Amino acid sequence: MTEVEIDVRGQTCPVPLVECRKALRKASSGDEVIVLGTHPASKKEIPMACESMGLEVLGIEEKDNEWKIRIKK
Amino acid sequence: MSKKAVIVVHSGDLDKIYSALIIGNGALAMGMEASMYFTFWGLQRLRKNGLDKGPLSKMHMLGLGKWMVSRRMKKANVAPLEKLMEDYKELGGRILACEMTMEIMGIKKEELHEEWIDDYGAVGTYVNEAKDASITLFI
Repeated sequence: MTEVEIDVRGQTCPVPLVECRKALRKASSGDEVIVLGTHPASKKEIPMACESMGLEVLGIEEKDNEWKIRIKK
Repeated sequence: MSKKAVIVVHSGDLDKIYSALIIGNGALAMGMEASMYFTFWGLQRLRKNGLDKGPLSKMHMLGLGKWMVSRRMKKANVAPLEKLMEDYKELGGRILACEMTMEIMGIKKEELHEEWIDDYGAVGTYVNEAKDASITLFI
């Protein structure tokens, strides 16, 4: 299992969602993808995308307008 | 079978090309398939170096409005259209070009970004793509 972290802090719609999808496509089954961002809507939409793709969100943390979402492929 | 979004890109206006590519990318990012059918003024945007050459649909003001909006978009860190197109292709998005428009407007294949285009066709191509799509839009 590998951990991939992508940093989309400061990026706006649709970049966080798109970069998250790109990382998930490249990851192997069992890998964890961690997305670090600041765009408020993406914090809700990345978990929505994961749900529609049947992927598990392991956790969402937020601190000082920055969020971190962990996804298991 | 995964769900699909099919977008007819009829307008060549800068803001509408943004909408179309953002929705296309969004659909792919949500795990759907996506196809964009470029026709009429939209097809002009597939010309080489033409993607961001459209006017604003409102308040273009001979280019002044476009310049102002472009500046604000850069400040807001909005991705350039070229990047959105690259992402769209990387995520497996399909681009279809309207052959009738090419004929009417005298556009040759070599004048277009052929590397983006998956297929050339007519209305049947669009209907065939759209018949099992869960989202279909005309922009």
